This record gives sequence, structure tokens and C-alpha cells, in this order.
Amino acid sequence: MESSRVSRGEVQSFHHRVSLLDRVGVRGMDGWMAFSALGLLACSLFTLHQGSRNAIPGSPDYYMQHQALYGLVGIVAMFLISRVDYSRFRELRVGIYTFLCSSIFAVFAFGVAARGSTNSLELPFFTFQPAELGKLLLVLSLAGFVIDGARRGSEGKRTIRYLALGFAPTGLVLLQDLGTSLVFGAITLAIMVAAGVRWTHLVAISGVLATVIAIVLVAMPMAGAPLLKEYQQERLTSFLEPSSDIGDGGYQQNQAKVAAGSGGTTGRGDQATQSRLGFLPENHTDFIFAVVAERYGFVGAALVLSLFALLFWRALRLMTLSKNFYGTLVAAGIAAAIMFQVFVNVGMNLGIMPITGIPLPLMSYGGSAVIATFLMIGVLQSIHIQSRAGQRGAWIP
Amino acid sequence: MRIEPVIPKTRRRSGTALRVAIIGGAGLVLFGILFFRLWSLQVVTGDRYLAEATENRTREIRIRPPRGRILDRDGNVLVDNRTSMALQLDPLEVPSAIPARRKLFKSIAGVMDRDFDWVRRRYRIEIKDNPPGSPVTLADDVGDDLVFYLQEHQAEYPEIQVNRIFVRKYPQGYEAAHLLGSVGEVTADDLANSDDPSIEAGDSLGKAGIEQTYDDTLRGSAGETKYQVDSTGKVKRQLTALTPKPGNSLRLTLSQVVQNAGEAALSSIGLPGAFVAMDVNTGEVFGMGSGPTFDPSIFTHPLSQKQANALFDEDQGAPMFNRAIGSQYPVGSIYKPITALAALDAGDITPSTVVNDTGSVKIADQDFDNAGKEAHGPVDMRRSLQVSSDVYYYLLGAKMNGTNQLQKWSDQFGIGRTTGIDLPGESAGFLPSRKAVNELHREEPKLLDPWVIGDNIQLAIGQGSLQADPLQMAVAYAALGNGGDVLKPRLVLQTEDAAGRVLEETEPEVVRHIPIDPGDRDVIMSGLHDAAQTPEGTSYKVFGGFPVPVAGKTGTAERPPHGDQAWYSVMAPYPNPEIVVTTTIEEGGFGADTAAPVALQILSAYFDKQAKAVSGGTGAVE
Repeated sequence: MESSRVSRGEVQSFHHRVSLLDRVGVRGMDGWMAFSALGLLACSLFTLHQGSRNAIPGSPDYYMQHQALYGLVGIVAMFLISRVDYSRFRELRVGIYTFLCSSIFAVFAFGVAARGSTNSLELPFFTFQPAELGKLLLVLSLAGFVIDGARRGSEGKRTIRYLALGFAPTGLVLLQDLGTSLVFGAITLAIMVAAGVRWTHLVAISGVLATVIAIVLVAMPMAGAPLLKEYQQERLTSFLEPSSDIGDGGYQQNQAKVAAGSGGTTGRGDQATQSRLGFLPENHTDFIFAVVAERYGFVGAALVLSLFALLFWRALRLMTLSKNFYGTLVAAGIAAAIMFQVFVNVGMNLGIMPITGIPLPLMSYGGSAVIATFLMIGVLQSIHIQSRAGQRGAWIP
Repeated sequence: MRIEPVIPKTRRRSGTALRVAIIGGAGLVLFGILFFRLWSLQVVTGDRYLAEATENRTREIRIRPPRGRILDRDGNVLVDNRTSMALQLDPLEVPSAIPARRKLFKSIAGVMDRDFDWVRRRYRIEIKDNPPGSPVTLADDVGDDLVFYLQEHQAEYPEIQVNRIFVRKYPQGYEAAHLLGSVGEVTADDLANSDDPSIEAGDSLGKAGIEQTYDDTLRGSAGETKYQVDSTGKVKRQLTALTPKPGNSLRLTLSQVVQNAGEAALSSIGLPGAFVAMDVNTGEVFGMGSGPTFDPSIFTHPLSQKQANALFDEDQGAPMFNRAIGSQYPVGSIYKPITALAALDAGDITPSTVVNDTGSVKIADQDFDNAGKEAHGPVDMRRSLQVSSDVYYYLLGAKMNGTNQLQKWSDQFGIGRTTGIDLPGESAGFLPSRKAVNELHREEPKLLDPWVIGDNIQLAIGQGSLQADPLQMAVAYAALGNGGDVLKPRLVLQTEDAAGRVLEETEPEVVRHIPIDPGDRDVIMSGLHDAAQTPEGTSYKVFGGFPVPVAGKTGTAERPPHGDQAWYSVMAPYPNPEIVVTTTIEEGGFGADTAAPVALQILSAYFDKQAKAVSGGTGAVE
């Protein structure tokens, strides 16, 4: 907030003032964006502190303390990456893309299972989920390929190239984790929209996607050859009829909805039985929003949503502020990734979206996701800093 | 440096603006959806979900642990567990409407191959004492066929549960039935009277004997599995589980050979009676029994009214009654050592004082006779015990009438007090004194006449309104034998965990010390030895040939309207005894005829075992 005011003053008065924020190295950062990100992390820590006390007997603040550590690492990473000119990543696109695909492959080879799906790598000190970082890597490399090939080939060929580049890792991830692959798909589509792919192409792609989904979820099971495993199918469709209570998927969906609904306007506080008594599963990760909604009611849940809206707006704003088109595309990809995850996760918590293990950025407990999201925000901050640097370069003699 | 791709500025601006607007618009719509959904869910329909959330219930299913085992001192298992399948009904599931309930009972009757009335009666009996909510056990030991059938047809009988329960089993049959006690389901009264929060409806509690006294040790702690159930009670999933902790085991002080010898001897007499065999120096009970006895496993099934009546029926000898600790008999001549010690202490007599026993003595215008008016001639203290001269003790009783000396010593020996043994149901008996008798007379004039000198004279030979049980007399004799320590008799040697590791050993406990003059003790011990093992002694015909020197006294107590109560109390080996045995037989006549032979069997078994232990299992007494 403070830094924003300072920066605007600088731009308008053409003066370079050395403020406190400058000295600690946040000069040029978007203060509102930083505020929203830190605010969400604070909400996460507060909710974990109050809502997950009984999760691990003997260490009531286990999740809170670990999340705080991840957040700290993430904040440092955000600062560091914001100092780097993001345009460098365009030059490294092939390396980034290769790393992205090979890290996903590595999971096939060396992956360890967590919560039903194999999507993590066991590193010293840390269980790392490559797909979380992969979201940012996909944005940076795909945007680079788009710029690189902007003038090559016909529009149709370009569209197909973007699709192929974007959907290759998406398909790989799909075999590991459905939710993350959906985020990859959303990133690809958002970058294509921002890159100026023809509307007719976009409509055609949407049509094909809708058809595929219909075939996978409806036609193939009916034909007796389901592609998805039964529990996957159930998770994806149970939100349509959660009360039919067909098993685990419907159960979770219903408990989350009941938890969120029971919060009412101002929340149930420590009377929040759904999350406290363990009716709500995964209440520190995928269903943390339902905990917020139950404990702090509409007031608390709307505050969290508002912080996400603020974050989304500041990311979107960078599309127009960016010093180059690469920055525009990167901002679009990151904004879409965050928006999509928020919508799917919160929608799932509120019973209007299927259960897909997509974490709520910065809120859900988990090191990979928290650090990766801070890295994304760091890249956005870099776009912001570079845009101001460019402006200053233009205006200050 | 790379060259930025050349994209026409104007196209980029307008195109980008539109596309930013599209992505932003999409974001706006998505956020709009989320906010609207949040608002409608929480603010508009929040009350409905709050109701649903509060209706979300958990159901705890208690997992009951097996009770600890009970072993004798040599490790023979007296009480063990077996599992049994019980057919139970959740009372909350039983409909309150009569037609629905009739229908349910009929279907249960069909499954169990019983008639409708049987089910209804069982249910009524069970539900009467049960605390609210505890399962109603319709049958235990359900056969496999029925178990499998019910498991396969669970959906048709949602009210019926087949649960695995632990049931006590008694590998040694009738052995120590009175001591072990029984286990039963906790009743509403139990719950109301217990301050132990861990006891819940449906649990089992020790209801008698060792099972009751050491219930805390034996019970273990129940585990619990927590399920989430929906509003219809259907289990949705398991939430948490707490594993049950089995109860600890008890190793008793009982010695199987001693116990079995006592029980066998008692039952061979065929009359109601009791025996106690105890360590003179530690209070460890080697054996204790009461006849007639019963099968302890009878309580593992619901008792029929007939069975219950039979256990307490006086005409059948009231088998449930533990005569060793709960009876109240006059004890007759085995009381004389106490009288002698009291008189010696008061200086009313010396060991060498000689009294001429003519078979009868007149005190305060009343004749007091020996048994059969038999004259023993001149007797000193030692001989008075050997031949059991009543006249000698009548005179002592008369002498001590005004002083309360006899009552003081009797009280010190534990007459009129409970011994504090670790069994429920112990009686204190009655020690007659001027004060106590006159008080009772005021309360119930028909029961007792006011105190006269005759009362003290009767007390001196263990008669009159004196009431005591074999355990009290065994403790009193042990105090004499060990030089004055009144011990708390105990049945538990040590507590062991389920794996057999010793958790706690019980220590001998001296309740009080009686200042017995060692010289006085020696005189009395020698008198008792003479009585058992010299030709003129009262029990010479029983113990004359016994290879171990003993000191024992017969007792034959008048107990109108019943026949004479036979007693025998003996310590061995003389003069520094390690075991005391006290036996009594109702209507057993002369002590040497019935009570002493039982004591002989017990001592034989005890010393036999000891000899075997010394010689490595091959030797015998002699």
C-alpha cells in the first residue's frame, strides 16, 4: 500500500526519492499486489492456527508453523525473482520448457504418492511437487514461444503450435493429477487469448474441449469403457448431485458445503463443528476455504475472496503496464492461473465445482504451492518494476 | 541483445485492451459467481446448513477389553476369558409403537428360533436393570449358523447386532467359586453409585468376590472407535480409533493343593461348613472355601429365577453364602486360648494354678457343666486346653466379669471386627459385652436378655451370644502363633500385566500388635499341642499320627435351634507355626469328629506339597 503511493508520487513528480521501502529493496514493487499476497498468507496462518489445532495431537500449531516457514521462503524467493528482469526468461524458454517437461517425467520415474496421486518428488528436506512450479514455468516458456513465433506461419499453424506446446505438458500432468492439468490448460488458453489467436479458433478449441469432456465423463462410462477410474469419475460428477451420497466424493462435497453454509454471516468461531470434529476432510489443504467460511462466516470468506480479486486485478493491470508484449502474456498466464485455481477450489468448497485436488493459492497448506505462488507474484513484481524502469528511462533524461 | 518482435503499436494496444477486457471480464464473472454463491449459501440458506451441521453426529462404538486373568500362586489359571458371539439389540432402534415393536420381536423370534413371548420377556428383563442406551443382550453364545445368517442378512435386521463379547471361563471348575466372584453388566444403580467416569453403560463390572474388590485392576480400559453417522444413523466413515487396554491379571495367594484338599474334605463331610488356611506370618490365604459350593460359570449366562433362588435357598444350604467370611457362629472351645491370655494378663491366674474340675460348677446359683458333665480332676492351664475343661474357663469368665478384661483381649484379637480381607461381604460378628448386650436389649428386648454374669461365663468358652466366622478365628490363632501380630488376611499376591510382568506385589500388613507375654504364649501353645497330639488330647484320634507337630483345638458350640457347630483351629508346625487352619462344620457335632478331619486333609496337602518341593517332586511326608 505504502510503496504504491510512493511509486505513484515518483512517477508524477519525476523525483527520485529514497524511501524506507527503497532501502529494503522493494522499490518499484506493486504495493497492493504485495499487500494482497501477504494478507492471504496471514489469513492462511490465522485459519491454520485456529482451525487445525486438533489435526496433529501434541503439536496444535504444526501446520501453522510449517506454513509460516514456507511463506517466509516464498517471500524471500519473491523478492529475489522480482529483482530479475523477467525478459531474461524469454531467452531461456527452451531450457525452461525442457526442465518443465523433464521434471514432470521425473515424477513418473521417482515420484512418491501423496493423498492418492503420485505427484511429488522426495528431495532432501522437502517433498517437492514439480507441477506447482510447472505452472509458472509453463507461463514463462509458452509466452516466450508465442513471441518467438509471432510472425511465423499462418494463424492456423500458430494456433496449432501454441496448442501443441501448451497441451504437451498438460497431457503429461493429466496422467498424474487431474486438477493441475486443468490449471495448465487454463494457462494455455489464457495466453492464447492474450496472444491474439483468432476468435474462430478459440471457439473451435472450446467446442472440441467440451466434446472431449462430454465423451470422457458421459459417453464412455455409458458405453461401458470408462477412461477415468471410478473414484475420479465420481469426484468430477458428484457435485451435480452431492446429496445422492454415492460415496466418498459426494460425502466430502456435502460436508464442505454444509461447513461453508453453516458459517452464516458472521461465522461459528470455535463452535465450528464441521471442521473441528473432523467431518470436513483435508481441512488444512483443499478445504481450507470451507473452514474460513464456517469459522468466520460470510464476512471472513468475502474478505479472502476480495484479497484474491485485488490480486487478480493487479495482475491484470500489468497486462497493459508491461514494457513489452512478453510481459503482457506472462501477466495474462499468471492471472489466469491464479483466477482459475481460486474459482475451482472455492467453487469446490461451495459445492458448485467438482472435487479436483487444486489448492487455494497462498491459503492451502503446502510448501510447493505456497513457494510457487510467491514466485509467480515475484515475476509479476518484476514486470511492474521493469515497466516503471522503462517509463523512467523514457521520461527522465 | 535480442531484438523485440516488431508488432504494430496500434494493433497491440487496441488488441491487448480488448483481450485484457475479455480476461478481466471472465475473471469478473467468475468472482461474481463465487460471491453470489457464497452469499446465497451463507447468508440466505445458512440456517438450513447450520441445522444440518448440528445434526451431523458421531457414534462411538466402545471396544471392551478382555478382563485380566486370575491365577493361583503357582500360576494355575482360575479365571480366564473366552469370546462369545452375543446377539444384541440397540434399545434406541426398538420402535416404541406397539405394532412395530411386535413385528420386530416376531422377526427376531423367527431368526432365533424362539417364540415371541420369549423374546419379549428377555427384552423386558434385560432392559429393566440396564442403564439407558446400553445394548440389550438377547442371547450370548450364539451359534455360527445364526451369526453367518445375520451377517448375510444385515440389511433385513438393522436393529440386531451380533457382537463379540468376552465371557469369563473357569478352567478349574468349582475351585474357589466363593472367592473369585462374578462379572456382570453394569446396572443403572452401579452407574449412579460409581464415581469412575470410565465406566459406561454396557460395560462389565466385577459383582462379587475378587472380581469386585479388584475390579479396577482387572477391568482394563475400553477402547473406542468413532464413526460419523448421518441423520438416519447410518455409518458414514470411521473418524478415530482408540485401542482398548486389557485388564491386568491377579496372582492369588491360593495354593491349589490346599484349596482342593479343603474343598474335597468339606464336600466329603456333606454338611455346610467352611475352612480357612492362612500363612501365620504374612496373612496370605492359602485356601478358603465354603460348602455347599456352586459352579462359578453359572453367572456367565443370564440366571433363571429358579437358578437364582437355588443359590440362596436355605434348605439347599444357600450355596452362594461364603461361610468362611460371612457366617456368624458361636465358636465354642477354640475360643479358650483368648480367655486364657486375658486371664493371665490380668493376673487372675497363673499357668500353674490348679483347678479341681468336678464336671460342673455352681456360680451365682446356676450350674455350669462340662460337656457330658465329664470330670477332668485337677487341671492347670496346659491341661485345661488339652482336655478342654469348661469348668476351668467358667471360673475365669466369672472372675473377669466386672473388668471388661475378656472383651478387651477379644477385641484385640479381632473378635467383633472385620479382618479387612480383600473380599466383599465380610461380617464383623458380635462380641458380647455388658454395654453391647444391654444396648441391644434396649433396642430389641426379645432378642437378648440384659447382661448377667452368665454371659461372661459363656463367652469364656466361646458360647452365648458370641458370633464369629472361621476367618476371624484363623487371624486370632495366627496372632497367637506369631507372637501377637494381628495380620490383615489377603488373597492377592501380586498384580501382573497381560504379558505376565509383575506390576505390584502386595505386602504383609500388621493391623495391630497384641502384647502377648512369650511365656504365656508358650504355655498355651503347649496346651494346644497336647490337645492335638497327646493321648488324652481332644483331637488325638485325628492328629495323633500326623508326622508334623501341630497345636490344635477342637470346638463344639451349642447353636440352638441347630445341632452343635463343630470347630477346629490348628497351627503347624509346632512350636513355631507357619500355617494356621480353621474349619467349621454346621451341625457337625464334636469338633474332632468332623472339623478336625477337614483340617487334617488340608495340612496333609500343605506339607505334602512342601515335601515334594524340597525333594524335587518325589518325596512324601515322613
